[in-house]
Amino acid sequence: MNGWPGADGPPLDLPSEPVSGARFLENLVDFGASLRQLGIPVTPAQIADVARALGWVRLERREDVFRTARALLVTRREDLALFETAFNRFWRPPDGATRTGRRRPPAPRDRPARERFTIATFAAFKARADMEERDVGDRSGTYTDEERLQRKRFAEMTPEELDAVRRLLGRLRWAAAVRVTRRRRSDPSGRTIDFRRVLRQAGRLGAMPARLPRLRRAEKPRPLILLADISGSMERYSRLVLQFFHALVRTMPRVETFVFGTRLSRITSQLRLRNVDRALDEAAAEVVDWAGGTRIGASLGEFNRRWSRRMLRRGAVVVVVSDGCDRGSVEELAREMRYLQHRCHRLVWLNPHAGHADYAPRVAGMGAALPWVDDFLPIEDLRSLGEFSAALTRLMVNPGA
Amino acid sequence: MFDSIDETRTSLAERDYFADPGLATSLFLALRMEKALFLEGEPGVGKTEVALVLSRILDTALIRLQCYEGLDVTHAVYEWNYPRQLIEIQARGGPGGAGVQDIFSEEFLLRRPLLQAIDRSRDRAPVLLIDELDRADEEFESFLLELLADFQITIPELGTFRAAHPPVTIITSNRTREIHDALKRRCIYHWIEYPSPEQELEIVRRKVPEAEDGLARQVVAFVQRLRREELYKLPGVAESLDWARALTHLSTRRLDGEVVDRTLGLLLKYQDDVDLIRGQRAAAVLAEAEVESA
Repeated sequence: MNGWPGADGPPLDLPSEPVSGARFLENLVDFGASLRQLGIPVTPAQIADVARALGWVRLERREDVFRTARALLVTRREDLALFETAFNRFWRPPDGATRTGRRRPPAPRDRPARERFTIATFAAFKARADMEERDVGDRSGTYTDEERLQRKRFAEMTPEELDAVRRLLGRLRWAAAVRVTRRRRSDPSGRTIDFRRVLRQAGRLGAMPARLPRLRRAEKPRPLILLADISGSMERYSRLVLQFFHALVRTMPRVETFVFGTRLSRITSQLRLRNVDRALDEAAAEVVDWAGGTRIGASLGEFNRRWSRRMLRRGAVVVVVSDGCDRGSVEELAREMRYLQHRCHRLVWLNPHAGHADYAPRVAGMGAALPWVDDFLPIEDLRSLGEFSAALTRLMVNPGA
Repeated sequence: MFDSIDETRTSLAERDYFADPGLATSLFLALRMEKALFLEGEPGVGKTEVALVLSRILDTALIRLQCYEGLDVTHAVYEWNYPRQLIEIQARGGPGGAGVQDIFSEEFLLRRPLLQAIDRSRDRAPVLLIDELDRADEEFESFLLELLADFQITIPELGTFRAAHPPVTIITSNRTREIHDALKRRCIYHWIEYPSPEQELEIVRRKVPEAEDGLARQVVAFVQRLRREELYKLPGVAESLDWARALTHLSTRRLDGEVVDRTLGLLLKYQDDVDLIRGQRAAAVLAEAEVESA
């Protein structure tokens, strides 16, 4: 039985008195607390279940106790490995002397600042000190500024202007593309007759209703998947793109966000934090390869294999933000793009260089990807973001995927 | 009902289901604590099979609810038989006639799986299989959460139905989306891994006895090795069994590159994957599998 903790090791340090022993319960509650600190959500009811369940299990068999606790406390595959480590650390074998004091991982906001900035190469983050939230007193009379900002290219903006853009981004409201579901809801001009209500009314009125209640298919927003390139060539846009993602995650349901350079990182949960700066810091800590090389094909491949089956159901709209400068294999990129496009409702590519009048996909990666792109849009200034927003809403016209 | 984890495991094995100790523990606890068992795992690792085998062990009815998008009360719980109700009204001389109220009686009720599962006329608890819950929408999940809490269903026109024997509930998910934690916390959660080589060999031997021993070993070694390739969709146990059966039909006694290429479609269900493996890669995988299993 390899793979099971302590299968051959010494027995668990469990008290010999019945399971209801007060000390044991105390330990169990502590164990629950330590799991919560590790991010495994455990309720008191679950802990009580474990205490109850251990009554039916042979306590001298450590692996049975482990599996019992796991069956009741873990509800996600991702937590399985973490749980095993936590279990082995907490319930140490008896000869392991006394338990050491709790070691809780620091809360995000308590983590030392240095640890948060291991990605020191990321220039935009280095400049963070200059970008501290400014006094809002100067907001009045910024209308003309906004007008100007609409057309100025992100690449040419000063830190102050970027800051203003960031505030504008926070104010934009996004509407998601919707799709027709199979669920039905009441609608007087719907296609199908709601027999249930017809007969209920017939029963109540004692007569058939003059107007038949009807049903139509309900609508729901499509899932939106965002994948952003944060490699060296996209460095100057990265922070802005993430702020843009943050705005989308905060205002729309069913948004998933990923960033990639040579590897893919999922940052959805980090971006859910309300405060933009903290959300971006958290996301940055999650990413290993800021401003490095690019392997778009391999990164999309990782998405296709690990995440796509879970996220592309229900006709998702997928958005890739990248300039298409790729150091990886061109064939691989084309293959992964084709796979992705065949499985989503709409594949949108946002390119910061596409706005130029004389733009042509010169880089090899972009050329390979283009045949599989449904909508190729620029994101070089605020106005183009507005156009993207309009495109997103338009995608509802073509239901079903 | 089982008395211990070991007994659970042996009982399953007697009916040709080879569970790892983790699954046996989870199943044992689910029965003991009268909780639903929530099984997650890749397609083809034997999630549905657990319910089928369990209903045979407990010698009880199996009620299956296959989930799909748009699944609602009228398909999962109950529906009124409208045609019969309309005919009844006509027969009584129009809606004004006597006794219109009782067109909402049990006589006109169509019982769907969940209502069947809590039927009071049962003398023992059935096994309720809610298959591929990830296909249903979130609305159904919240309904299920309520149902699992007390196994009662209220029909406005008739009143409340409550199970005399709460069903043994097994929920499966292929994880095409996340199921809400609140639901999973009510259940015993278990992630079914692909089986170990020994386990899978045992399964192939029992389920495809016509395959020669050498072939069964080769099949398992090849599939196990194939699961480490960069594929969009990995082959499950169901695929191994299909493949082993297909090979016996072709009177294959030993695998070679040509047979593998011809029958690869039984293992890999995406053309992209078939294209990647067919030919040289398949031969290489076969060679490596030989070395590893030797």
